[in-house]
Amino acid sequence: MIRVENLEKYYGDIHALKGIDFEIDDGEIVGFLGANGAGKSTTLKIMTGFLAPSAGNVFIDDLNIQDHSLDIREQIGYLPEMNPLYGEMRVYDYLEFISQIRGIDAGEFKTALDRVVEQCGLHDVIHLPISACSKGYKQRVGLSAAILHDPRVLIFDEPVSGLDPNQIVEIRNLIRELGQQKMVIISSHILQEIEATVDRIVIIDHGEIVANGTSQELMAGFMGRTQLTLDVKYADEDSLAALTNSVDEIEVANIEMVDGRSILSIEYAREVDPREAIFDYAKNSGWAILEMTQNQVLLEDVFRGLTGEGGGDE
Amino acid sequence: MNNMMAIYRKEVGAYFKSPMAYIFLVFFALFNGYFFSNTFFLFSQSDMRALFNITPMIYLIFVPAVTMGVLAREKSAGTHELMATLPIKNFELVIGKYLSAFTLVLAGLGFTLIHFFTLLAVGTNIDYGGVICGYLGLALVGAFYAAIGTFTSSLTDNQVVAFILAAVFVLGFYLLDKLLIFVPAAFAGPIQFMAVDYHLSNMSRGVVDSRNLVYFGSLIWLFLALTVRGIDMRKWR
Repeated sequence: MIRVENLEKYYGDIHALKGIDFEIDDGEIVGFLGANGAGKSTTLKIMTGFLAPSAGNVFIDDLNIQDHSLDIREQIGYLPEMNPLYGEMRVYDYLEFISQIRGIDAGEFKTALDRVVEQCGLHDVIHLPISACSKGYKQRVGLSAAILHDPRVLIFDEPVSGLDPNQIVEIRNLIRELGQQKMVIISSHILQEIEATVDRIVIIDHGEIVANGTSQELMAGFMGRTQLTLDVKYADEDSLAALTNSVDEIEVANIEMVDGRSILSIEYAREVDPREAIFDYAKNSGWAILEMTQNQVLLEDVFRGLTGEGGGDE
Repeated sequence: MNNMMAIYRKEVGAYFKSPMAYIFLVFFALFNGYFFSNTFFLFSQSDMRALFNITPMIYLIFVPAVTMGVLAREKSAGTHELMATLPIKNFELVIGKYLSAFTLVLAGLGFTLIHFFTLLAVGTNIDYGGVICGYLGLALVGAFYAAIGTFTSSLTDNQVVAFILAAVFVLGFYLLDKLLIFVPAAFAGPIQFMAVDYHLSNMSRGVVDSRNLVYFGSLIWLFLALTVRGIDMRKWR
Protein backbone atom coordinates (compact mmCIF):
# COMPACT_ATOMS: atom_id res chain seq x y z
CA MET A 1 0.00 0.00 0.00
CA ILE A 2 1.16 3.54 -0.80
CA ARG A 3 0.36 6.23 1.73
CA VAL A 4 0.99 9.89 0.93
CA GLU A 5 0.82 11.96 4.08
CA ASN A 6 0.41 15.72 4.26
CA LEU A 7 2.80 16.36 1.37
CA GLU A 8 3.95 19.96 1.03
CA LYS A 9 6.38 21.49 -1.42
CA TYR A 10 7.70 25.02 -1.74
CA TYR A 11 9.56 26.28 -4.81
CA GLY A 12 11.01 29.44 -3.30
CA ASP A 13 7.93 31.46 -2.32
CA ILE A 14 5.57 29.33 -4.37
CA HIS A 15 3.55 26.91 -2.28
CA ALA A 16 3.17 24.17 -4.91
CA LEU A 17 1.71 21.42 -2.70
CA LYS A 18 -0.46 22.28 0.29
CA GLY A 19 -0.90 19.05 2.20
CA ILE A 20 -1.62 16.20 -0.22
CA ASP A 21 -3.06 13.04 1.40
CA PHE A 22 -4.18 9.85 -0.29
CA GLU A 23 -3.71 6.09 -0.26
CA ILE A 24 -3.42 3.49 -2.99
CA ASP A 25 -4.00 -0.23 -2.49
CA ASP A 26 -2.41 -3.14 -4.32
CA GLY A 27 -4.20 -3.90 -7.59
CA GLU A 28 -5.56 -0.37 -7.89
CA ILE A 29 -5.09 2.04 -10.80
CA VAL A 30 -5.33 5.67 -9.80
CA GLY A 31 -5.48 8.59 -12.20
CA PHE A 32 -4.10 12.03 -11.43
CA LEU A 33 -5.91 14.94 -13.03
CA GLY A 34 -4.96 18.56 -12.72
CA ALA A 35 -4.46 21.73 -14.70
CA ASN A 36 -1.12 23.34 -15.51
CA GLY A 37 0.87 23.85 -12.31
CA ALA A 38 -1.75 22.13 -10.17
CA GLY A 39 0.94 20.01 -8.53
CA LYS A 40 0.37 16.56 -9.99
CA SER A 41 3.83 16.16 -11.55
CA THR A 42 5.43 17.56 -8.38
CA THR A 43 3.57 14.92 -6.37
CA LEU A 44 4.75 12.15 -8.69
CA LYS A 45 8.35 13.46 -8.63
CA ILE A 46 8.32 13.37 -4.83
CA MET A 47 6.85 9.85 -4.83
CA THR A 48 9.70 8.66 -7.09
CA GLY A 49 12.40 10.32 -4.98
CA PHE A 50 13.36 12.85 -7.66
CA LEU A 51 12.32 15.77 -5.44
CA ALA A 52 12.33 16.03 -1.67
CA PRO A 53 9.16 17.25 0.03
CA SER A 54 9.23 20.41 2.13
CA ALA A 55 7.01 18.55 4.61
CA GLY A 56 5.12 15.28 4.79
CA ASN A 57 6.17 11.87 3.59
CA VAL A 58 5.43 9.03 1.19
CA PHE A 59 5.22 5.47 2.49
CA ILE A 60 5.28 2.17 0.64
CA ASP A 61 4.20 -0.26 3.34
CA ASP A 62 6.48 0.73 6.24
CA LEU A 63 9.25 2.32 4.18
CA ASN A 64 9.28 6.09 3.77
CA ILE A 65 10.84 8.05 0.93
CA GLN A 66 12.84 10.35 3.23
CA ASP A 67 14.80 7.59 4.96
CA HIS A 68 14.59 4.67 2.48
CA SER A 69 14.74 6.39 -0.89
CA LEU A 70 16.85 3.65 -2.51
CA ASP A 71 14.62 0.83 -1.22
CA ILE A 72 11.54 2.63 -2.49
CA ARG A 73 13.12 3.40 -5.86
CA GLU A 74 13.78 -0.33 -6.26
CA GLN A 75 10.05 -0.97 -5.96
CA ILE A 76 8.98 1.72 -8.41
CA GLY A 77 8.86 1.75 -12.19
CA TYR A 78 8.64 5.31 -13.45
CA LEU A 79 7.91 6.78 -16.87
CA PRO A 80 8.63 10.53 -16.67
CA GLU A 81 6.48 12.99 -18.59
CA MET A 82 9.15 13.86 -21.17
CA ASN A 83 10.23 10.20 -21.47
CA PRO A 84 13.97 10.95 -21.44
CA LEU A 85 16.04 8.27 -23.18
CA TYR A 86 19.63 7.82 -24.32
CA GLY A 87 19.14 8.25 -28.07
CA GLU A 88 22.59 6.98 -29.00
CA MET A 89 21.94 3.57 -27.42
CA ARG A 90 20.22 0.68 -29.14
CA VAL A 91 16.92 -0.37 -27.53
CA TYR A 92 18.47 -3.69 -26.47
CA ASP A 93 21.53 -2.00 -24.93
CA TYR A 94 19.36 0.50 -23.09
CA LEU A 95 17.18 -2.21 -21.56
CA GLU A 96 20.30 -4.20 -20.66
CA PHE A 97 21.74 -1.10 -18.95
CA ILE A 98 18.51 -0.60 -16.99
CA SER A 99 18.56 -4.28 -16.00
CA GLN A 100 22.12 -3.94 -14.69
CA ILE A 101 21.16 -0.92 -12.60
CA ARG A 102 18.09 -2.81 -11.37
CA GLY A 103 20.30 -5.73 -10.30
CA ILE A 104 18.77 -8.20 -12.76
CA ASP A 105 21.32 -10.88 -13.60
CA ALA A 106 22.05 -11.96 -17.17
CA GLY A 107 19.83 -15.05 -17.02
CA GLU A 108 16.85 -13.19 -15.61
CA PHE A 109 17.40 -10.36 -18.09
CA LYS A 110 16.66 -12.66 -21.03
CA THR A 111 13.32 -13.64 -19.49
CA ALA A 112 12.48 -10.07 -18.51
CA LEU A 113 13.45 -8.81 -21.96
CA ASP A 114 11.23 -11.35 -23.70
CA ARG A 115 8.35 -10.33 -21.43
CA VAL A 116 8.61 -6.57 -22.02
CA VAL A 117 9.29 -6.95 -25.75
CA GLU A 118 6.09 -8.97 -25.97
CA GLN A 119 4.05 -6.66 -23.73
CA CYS A 120 5.21 -3.42 -25.37
CA GLY A 121 5.52 -4.70 -28.95
CA LEU A 122 9.21 -3.90 -29.41
CA HIS A 123 10.11 -6.78 -31.78
CA ASP A 124 10.68 -4.51 -34.77
CA VAL A 125 12.95 -1.99 -33.05
CA ILE A 126 14.87 -3.99 -30.46
CA HIS A 127 18.18 -3.66 -32.36
CA LEU A 128 17.65 -0.10 -33.59
CA PRO A 129 19.20 3.00 -32.01
CA ILE A 130 16.57 4.70 -29.85
CA SER A 131 17.06 7.93 -31.81
CA ALA A 132 15.87 6.10 -34.95
CA CYS A 133 12.58 5.02 -33.32
CA SER A 134 9.27 6.84 -33.86
CA LYS A 135 7.77 8.77 -30.96
CA GLY A 136 5.34 5.94 -30.31
CA TYR A 137 8.12 3.38 -30.13
CA LYS A 138 10.17 5.66 -27.88
CA GLN A 139 7.18 5.80 -25.54
CA ARG A 140 7.04 2.01 -25.56
CA VAL A 141 10.78 1.82 -24.82
CA GLY A 142 10.25 4.11 -21.81
CA LEU A 143 7.35 1.93 -20.65
CA SER A 144 9.32 -1.28 -21.09
CA ALA A 145 12.21 0.16 -19.04
CA ALA A 146 9.73 1.06 -16.30
CA ILE A 147 8.28 -2.46 -16.08
CA LEU A 148 11.48 -4.44 -16.81
CA HIS A 149 12.11 -5.27 -13.13
CA ASP A 150 8.46 -6.19 -12.54
CA PRO A 151 7.99 -3.50 -9.87
CA ARG A 152 5.17 -3.33 -7.32
CA VAL A 153 4.47 0.31 -8.06
CA LEU A 154 4.18 1.88 -11.49
CA ILE A 155 4.09 5.63 -11.97
CA PHE A 156 3.33 6.84 -15.48
CA ASP A 157 3.34 10.53 -16.29
CA GLU A 158 1.39 10.96 -19.56
CA PRO A 159 1.89 7.33 -20.71
CA VAL A 160 -0.03 7.56 -24.00
CA SER A 161 1.38 10.88 -25.13
CA GLY A 162 2.35 10.69 -28.80
CA LEU A 163 0.74 7.32 -29.47
CA ASP A 164 -1.73 6.64 -32.27
CA PRO A 165 -5.26 5.40 -31.41
CA ASN A 166 -4.36 1.73 -31.87
CA GLN A 167 -1.29 2.07 -29.70
CA ILE A 168 -3.33 3.93 -27.07
CA VAL A 169 -5.73 0.99 -26.83
CA GLU A 170 -2.79 -1.46 -26.56
CA ILE A 171 -1.08 0.55 -23.82
CA ARG A 172 -4.37 1.08 -22.00
CA ASN A 173 -4.95 -2.68 -22.01
CA LEU A 174 -1.38 -3.24 -20.82
CA ILE A 175 -1.86 -0.78 -17.95
CA ARG A 176 -5.14 -2.44 -16.96
CA GLU A 177 -3.43 -5.84 -17.05
CA LEU A 178 -0.55 -4.55 -14.90
CA GLY A 179 -3.01 -2.86 -12.56
CA GLN A 180 -4.55 -6.21 -11.57
CA GLN A 181 -1.57 -6.99 -9.34
CA LYS A 182 0.29 -3.71 -8.98
CA MET A 183 -0.30 -0.21 -7.76
CA VAL A 184 -0.47 2.02 -10.82
CA ILE A 185 -0.58 5.80 -10.81
CA ILE A 186 -1.21 7.62 -14.07
CA SER A 187 -1.11 11.31 -14.68
CA SER A 188 -2.79 12.51 -17.85
CA HIS A 189 -4.43 15.59 -19.24
CA ILE A 190 -6.65 13.45 -21.48
CA LEU A 191 -9.80 13.11 -19.40
CA GLN A 192 -11.25 10.32 -21.54
CA GLU A 193 -8.00 8.39 -21.19
CA ILE A 194 -8.08 8.63 -17.42
CA GLU A 195 -11.75 7.68 -17.33
CA ALA A 196 -11.18 4.63 -19.54
CA THR A 197 -8.12 3.33 -17.71
CA VAL A 198 -8.28 3.99 -13.99
CA ASP A 199 -10.25 2.66 -11.04
CA ARG A 200 -10.10 5.91 -9.09
CA ILE A 201 -9.45 9.55 -9.92
CA VAL A 202 -7.62 12.13 -7.81
CA ILE A 203 -8.13 15.72 -8.97
CA ILE A 204 -5.52 18.23 -7.82
CA ASP A 205 -6.01 21.97 -8.02
CA HIS A 206 -3.56 24.61 -6.80
CA GLY A 207 -1.65 22.04 -4.75
CA GLU A 208 -4.68 20.56 -3.02
CA ILE A 209 -6.80 17.48 -3.64
CA VAL A 210 -10.28 18.68 -4.58
CA ALA A 211 -11.79 15.30 -5.46
CA ASN A 212 -10.96 11.65 -4.87
CA GLY A 213 -13.18 8.79 -6.02
CA THR A 214 -14.38 6.69 -8.93
CA SER A 215 -15.58 8.60 -12.00
CA GLN A 216 -19.17 7.59 -11.15
CA GLU A 217 -18.79 8.91 -7.60
CA LEU A 218 -17.28 12.17 -8.81
CA MET A 219 -19.97 12.69 -11.41
CA ALA A 220 -22.76 11.77 -9.03
CA GLY A 221 -21.38 14.06 -6.36
CA PHE A 222 -21.05 16.92 -8.80
CA MET A 223 -24.35 16.48 -10.61
CA GLY A 224 -26.79 17.37 -7.80
CA ARG A 225 -30.04 17.37 -9.84
CA THR A 226 -30.65 15.79 -13.24
CA GLN A 227 -31.55 18.10 -16.10
CA LEU A 228 -33.85 17.22 -18.97
CA THR A 229 -34.41 19.22 -22.15
CA LEU A 230 -37.83 18.82 -23.80
CA ASP A 231 -38.47 20.23 -27.27
CA VAL A 232 -42.21 20.20 -28.16
CA LYS A 233 -44.72 21.71 -30.62
CA TYR A 234 -48.39 22.62 -30.15
CA ALA A 235 -47.99 23.36 -26.42
CA ASP A 236 -50.35 26.08 -25.14
CA GLU A 237 -49.55 28.31 -22.20
CA ASP A 238 -52.00 26.63 -19.82
CA SER A 239 -50.69 23.12 -20.36
CA LEU A 240 -47.11 24.35 -20.06
CA ALA A 241 -47.91 26.09 -16.77
CA ALA A 242 -49.65 23.00 -15.40
CA LEU A 243 -46.75 20.64 -16.08
CA THR A 244 -44.98 21.22 -12.76
CA ASN A 245 -48.08 20.36 -10.76
CA SER A 246 -49.10 17.46 -12.95
CA VAL A 247 -45.87 15.41 -12.78
CA ASP A 248 -44.44 14.63 -9.34
CA GLU A 249 -41.00 15.79 -8.23
CA ILE A 250 -40.12 17.89 -11.27
CA GLU A 251 -39.44 21.58 -11.60
CA VAL A 252 -39.62 23.51 -14.87
CA ALA A 253 -36.58 25.76 -14.67
CA ASN A 254 -37.02 27.55 -17.99
CA ILE A 255 -39.27 27.70 -21.05
CA GLU A 256 -37.96 29.15 -24.30
CA MET A 257 -40.18 29.78 -27.31
CA VAL A 258 -38.42 29.24 -30.69
CA ASP A 259 -40.27 29.24 -34.04
CA GLY A 260 -43.53 27.98 -32.55
CA ARG A 261 -41.72 25.32 -30.51
CA SER A 262 -41.35 25.28 -26.76
CA ILE A 263 -38.02 24.22 -25.32
CA LEU A 264 -38.37 23.31 -21.65
CA SER A 265 -35.57 22.83 -19.15
CA ILE A 266 -36.79 20.46 -16.46
CA GLU A 267 -34.93 19.47 -13.28
CA TYR A 268 -35.53 16.63 -10.85
CA ALA A 269 -33.69 14.69 -8.18
CA ARG A 270 -31.09 12.15 -9.29
CA GLU A 271 -32.94 9.33 -7.56
CA VAL A 272 -36.13 9.63 -9.66
CA ASP A 273 -36.90 9.17 -13.37
CA PRO A 274 -40.07 11.04 -14.35
CA ARG A 275 -39.53 10.77 -18.11
CA GLU A 276 -42.41 8.35 -18.68
CA ALA A 277 -44.80 10.61 -16.73
CA ILE A 278 -43.62 13.62 -18.71
CA PHE A 279 -44.19 11.70 -21.95
CA ASP A 280 -47.72 10.71 -20.89
CA TYR A 281 -48.53 14.30 -19.89
CA ALA A 282 -47.26 15.60 -23.25
CA LYS A 283 -49.29 13.01 -25.15
CA ASN A 284 -52.46 13.76 -23.18
CA SER A 285 -51.96 17.50 -23.67
CA GLY A 286 -51.65 17.11 -27.43
CA TRP A 287 -47.99 18.11 -27.64
CA ALA A 288 -45.75 16.76 -30.38
CA ILE A 289 -42.45 15.75 -28.82
CA LEU A 290 -39.55 16.63 -31.13
CA GLU A 291 -36.78 15.80 -28.69
CA MET A 292 -36.32 14.65 -25.09
CA THR A 293 -32.76 14.64 -23.78
CA GLN A 294 -31.60 13.81 -20.28
CA ASN A 295 -28.36 15.77 -19.92
CA GLN A 296 -25.33 13.71 -18.92
CA VAL A 297 -22.67 15.13 -16.64
CA LEU A 298 -19.26 14.34 -18.08
CA LEU A 299 -15.96 14.00 -16.23
CA GLU A 300 -14.95 17.15 -18.06
CA ASP A 301 -17.84 19.02 -16.40
CA VAL A 302 -16.67 17.76 -13.00
CA PHE A 303 -13.10 18.80 -13.79
CA ARG A 304 -14.17 22.23 -14.99
CA GLY A 305 -16.45 22.69 -12.01
CA LEU A 306 -13.79 21.75 -9.48
CA THR A 307 -10.83 23.49 -11.05
CA GLY A 308 -12.29 26.15 -13.29
CA GLU A 309 -10.24 24.65 -16.14
CA GLY A 310 -10.82 22.56 -19.22
CA GLY A 311 -7.80 20.32 -18.59
CA GLY A 312 -4.22 20.79 -19.69
CA ASP A 313 -0.67 19.60 -19.42
CA GLU A 314 1.48 20.14 -16.47
CA MET B 1 30.08 -1.15 -7.54
CA ASN B 2 27.90 -2.90 -10.15
CA ASN B 3 25.95 0.31 -10.73
CA MET B 4 29.17 2.28 -11.10
CA MET B 5 30.50 -0.19 -13.66
CA ALA B 6 27.20 -0.22 -15.57
CA ILE B 7 27.33 3.58 -15.81
CA TYR B 8 31.02 3.50 -16.72
CA ARG B 9 30.45 1.00 -19.54
CA LYS B 10 27.48 2.96 -20.86
CA GLU B 11 29.41 6.23 -20.85
CA VAL B 12 32.53 4.80 -22.48
CA GLY B 13 30.30 3.18 -25.09
CA ALA B 14 28.58 6.52 -25.69
CA TYR B 15 31.94 8.26 -26.15
CA PHE B 16 33.20 5.82 -28.73
CA LYS B 17 29.89 5.52 -30.59
CA SER B 18 29.97 9.22 -31.38
CA PRO B 19 32.53 10.88 -33.66
CA MET B 20 33.40 13.42 -30.97
CA ALA B 21 35.74 11.09 -29.07
CA TYR B 22 37.70 10.34 -32.23
CA ILE B 23 37.87 14.02 -33.16
CA PHE B 24 39.14 14.91 -29.67
CA LEU B 25 41.73 12.13 -29.75
CA VAL B 26 43.00 12.97 -33.23
CA PHE B 27 43.39 16.67 -32.39
CA PHE B 28 45.05 15.81 -29.07
CA ALA B 29 47.52 13.51 -30.86
CA LEU B 30 48.19 16.03 -33.63
CA PHE B 31 48.88 18.95 -31.27
CA ASN B 32 51.10 16.86 -29.01
CA GLY B 33 52.91 15.37 -31.99
CA TYR B 34 53.54 18.74 -33.62
CA PHE B 35 54.89 20.48 -30.52
CA PHE B 36 56.89 17.47 -29.31
CA SER B 37 58.61 16.66 -32.61
CA ASN B 38 59.34 20.36 -33.23
CA THR B 39 61.84 20.46 -30.40
CA PHE B 40 62.69 16.78 -30.01
CA PHE B 41 64.88 16.59 -33.09
CA LEU B 42 66.18 20.14 -32.61
CA PHE B 43 67.77 19.59 -29.20
CA SER B 44 68.88 15.97 -29.74
CA GLN B 45 68.13 15.00 -26.12
CA SER B 46 66.96 11.49 -25.17
CA ASP B 47 64.10 12.59 -22.94
CA MET B 48 60.43 13.46 -23.18
CA ARG B 49 60.48 16.76 -21.31
CA ALA B 50 59.02 18.52 -24.34
CA LEU B 51 55.95 16.28 -24.21
CA PHE B 52 55.61 16.64 -20.45
CA ASN B 53 55.71 20.43 -20.86
CA ILE B 54 53.27 20.73 -23.75
CA THR B 55 50.61 18.16 -22.74
CA PRO B 56 49.42 20.05 -19.61
CA MET B 57 48.78 23.08 -21.84
CA ILE B 58 46.82 21.01 -24.37
CA TYR B 59 44.91 19.53 -21.42
CA LEU B 60 43.60 23.04 -20.68
CA ILE B 61 41.29 22.69 -23.69
CA PHE B 62 41.17 18.92 -24.18
CA VAL B 63 39.98 17.84 -20.72
CA PRO B 64 37.18 20.44 -20.39
CA ALA B 65 36.03 19.42 -23.88
CA VAL B 66 35.89 15.77 -22.80
CA THR B 67 34.08 16.44 -19.51
CA MET B 68 31.71 19.26 -20.52
CA GLY B 69 28.85 16.90 -21.31
CA VAL B 70 29.38 14.39 -18.53
CA LEU B 71 26.53 15.66 -16.35
CA ALA B 72 25.33 18.77 -18.21
CA ARG B 73 24.08 16.62 -21.10
CA GLU B 74 22.00 14.51 -18.68
CA LYS B 75 20.35 17.64 -17.37
CA SER B 76 19.66 19.19 -20.77
CA ALA B 77 18.25 15.89 -22.13
CA GLY B 78 16.18 15.29 -18.99
CA THR B 79 17.79 11.89 -18.38
CA HIS B 80 18.96 13.14 -14.96
CA GLU B 81 15.35 12.53 -13.84
CA LEU B 82 15.64 8.96 -15.04
CA MET B 83 18.94 8.43 -13.24
CA ALA B 84 17.69 10.11 -10.05
CA THR B 85 14.73 7.73 -9.87
CA LEU B 86 16.76 4.57 -10.46
CA PRO B 87 18.24 2.83 -7.41
CA ILE B 88 21.68 4.41 -7.85
CA LYS B 89 23.64 6.28 -5.21
CA ASN B 90 24.80 9.69 -6.41
CA PHE B 91 28.45 8.85 -5.77
CA GLU B 92 28.11 5.78 -8.02
CA LEU B 93 26.74 7.98 -10.78
CA VAL B 94 29.48 10.59 -10.38
CA ILE B 95 32.38 8.14 -10.08
CA GLY B 96 31.12 6.06 -13.03
CA LYS B 97 30.89 9.15 -15.22
CA TYR B 98 34.17 10.59 -13.96
CA LEU B 99 36.03 7.37 -14.68
CA SER B 100 34.63 7.24 -18.20
CA ALA B 101 35.90 10.78 -18.89
CA PHE B 102 39.26 9.91 -17.34
CA THR B 103 39.42 6.84 -19.58
CA LEU B 104 39.15 9.09 -22.64
CA VAL B 105 41.91 11.30 -21.23
CA LEU B 106 44.08 8.20 -20.72
CA ALA B 107 43.27 7.08 -24.26
CA GLY B 108 44.56 10.44 -25.47
CA LEU B 109 47.66 10.03 -23.37
CA GLY B 110 48.06 6.53 -24.82
CA PHE B 111 48.37 8.04 -28.29
CA THR B 112 51.46 9.94 -27.15
CA LEU B 113 53.27 6.65 -26.47
CA ILE B 114 54.23 6.77 -30.13
CA HIS B 115 56.72 9.47 -29.14
CA PHE B 116 58.15 7.17 -26.49
CA PHE B 117 58.64 4.48 -29.11
CA THR B 118 60.31 7.07 -31.34
CA LEU B 119 62.61 7.85 -28.43
CA LEU B 120 63.35 4.15 -28.01
CA ALA B 121 64.22 3.91 -31.69
CA VAL B 122 66.51 6.91 -31.95
CA GLY B 123 67.55 7.74 -28.37
CA THR B 124 70.38 6.66 -26.14
CA ASN B 125 70.73 6.50 -22.33
CA ILE B 126 67.00 6.88 -21.83
CA ASP B 127 65.88 7.67 -18.28
CA TYR B 128 63.02 5.17 -18.06
CA GLY B 129 62.21 6.20 -14.49
CA GLY B 130 61.82 9.81 -15.61
CA VAL B 131 59.53 8.80 -18.47
CA ILE B 132 57.34 6.64 -16.21
CA CYS B 133 57.15 9.37 -13.55
CA GLY B 134 56.36 11.95 -16.23
CA TYR B 135 53.52 9.86 -17.60
CA LEU B 136 52.24 9.26 -14.05
CA GLY B 137 52.27 13.03 -13.55
CA LEU B 138 50.35 13.63 -16.77
CA ALA B 139 47.81 10.96 -15.82
CA LEU B 140 47.33 12.59 -12.40
CA VAL B 141 46.94 16.05 -13.93
CA GLY B 142 44.41 14.60 -16.38
CA ALA B 143 42.56 12.95 -13.48
CA PHE B 144 42.55 16.23 -11.55
CA TYR B 145 41.31 18.27 -14.50
CA ALA B 146 38.65 15.61 -15.25
CA ALA B 147 37.41 15.96 -11.66
CA ILE B 148 37.18 19.74 -12.13
CA GLY B 149 35.36 19.23 -15.44
CA THR B 150 32.93 16.75 -13.86
CA PHE B 151 32.20 19.29 -11.15
CA THR B 152 31.57 22.21 -13.53
CA SER B 153 29.44 19.94 -15.73
CA SER B 154 27.18 19.32 -12.73
CA LEU B 155 26.59 23.05 -12.25
CA THR B 156 24.73 23.71 -15.48
CA ASP B 157 22.70 22.12 -18.25
CA ASN B 158 24.69 24.03 -20.88
CA GLN B 159 27.77 22.19 -22.14
CA VAL B 160 29.43 25.37 -23.42
CA VAL B 161 29.08 27.00 -20.01
CA ALA B 162 30.46 23.82 -18.40
CA PHE B 163 33.43 23.91 -20.80
CA ILE B 164 34.21 27.58 -20.10
CA LEU B 165 33.91 27.12 -16.33
CA ALA B 166 36.19 24.09 -16.42
CA ALA B 167 38.71 25.89 -18.65
CA VAL B 168 38.77 28.86 -16.23
CA PHE B 169 39.29 26.55 -13.21
CA VAL B 170 42.07 24.48 -14.78
CA LEU B 171 43.76 27.57 -16.16
CA GLY B 172 43.66 29.04 -12.65
CA PHE B 173 45.39 26.00 -11.14
CA TYR B 174 47.84 25.93 -14.04
CA LEU B 175 48.80 29.60 -13.71
CA LEU B 176 49.00 29.78 -9.91
CA ASP B 177 52.77 29.40 -9.70
CA LYS B 178 53.23 31.97 -12.49
CA LEU B 179 51.65 34.54 -10.17
CA LEU B 180 54.11 34.03 -7.33
CA ILE B 181 56.04 37.20 -8.13
CA PHE B 182 52.90 39.23 -7.43
CA VAL B 183 52.08 37.79 -4.00
CA PRO B 184 53.62 38.54 -0.58
CA ALA B 185 56.33 36.10 0.49
CA ALA B 186 54.15 34.77 3.32
CA PHE B 187 51.59 33.46 0.83
CA ALA B 188 54.05 32.26 -1.77
CA GLY B 189 54.51 28.82 -0.19
CA PRO B 190 50.82 27.85 0.06
CA ILE B 191 50.05 29.27 -3.38
CA GLN B 192 52.94 27.44 -4.93
CA PHE B 193 51.74 24.23 -3.29
CA MET B 194 48.30 24.73 -4.86
CA ALA B 195 49.78 25.09 -8.36
CA VAL B 196 49.57 22.08 -10.66
CA ASP B 197 52.82 22.92 -12.39
CA TYR B 198 54.80 22.79 -9.15
CA HIS B 199 53.81 19.15 -8.56
CA LEU B 200 53.98 18.14 -12.20
CA SER B 201 57.48 19.55 -12.70
CA ASN B 202 58.71 17.42 -9.78
CA MET B 203 57.31 14.32 -11.39
CA SER B 204 58.61 15.26 -14.87
CA ARG B 205 62.08 15.19 -13.38
CA GLY B 206 61.48 11.65 -12.18
CA VAL B 207 60.75 12.53 -8.56
CA VAL B 208 57.55 11.22 -7.00
CA ASP B 209 57.01 12.83 -3.62
CA SER B 210 54.12 11.76 -1.40
CA ARG B 211 53.12 15.44 -1.26
CA ASN B 212 52.47 15.34 -4.99
CA LEU B 213 50.24 12.30 -4.62
CA VAL B 214 48.41 13.83 -1.64
CA TYR B 215 47.91 17.05 -3.61
CA PHE B 216 46.32 15.36 -6.62
CA GLY B 217 44.41 12.80 -4.55
CA SER B 218 42.88 15.33 -2.20
CA LEU B 219 41.87 17.79 -4.94
CA ILE B 220 40.33 15.02 -7.05
CA TRP B 221 38.41 13.88 -3.97
CA LEU B 222 37.34 17.47 -3.17
CA PHE B 223 35.89 18.18 -6.62
CA LEU B 224 34.15 14.82 -6.86
CA ALA B 225 32.73 15.25 -3.36
CA LEU B 226 31.45 18.71 -4.35
CA THR B 227 29.84 17.17 -7.43
CA VAL B 228 28.09 14.48 -5.38
CA ARG B 229 26.96 17.08 -2.85
CA GLY B 230 25.61 19.32 -5.61
CA ILE B 231 23.58 16.45 -7.07
CA ASP B 232 22.31 15.55 -3.58
CA MET B 233 21.12 19.15 -3.20
CA ARG B 234 19.16 19.16 -6.48
CA LYS B 235 16.22 17.32 -4.98
CA TRP B 236 15.82 20.07 -2.37
CA ARG B 237 15.45 22.86 -4.92
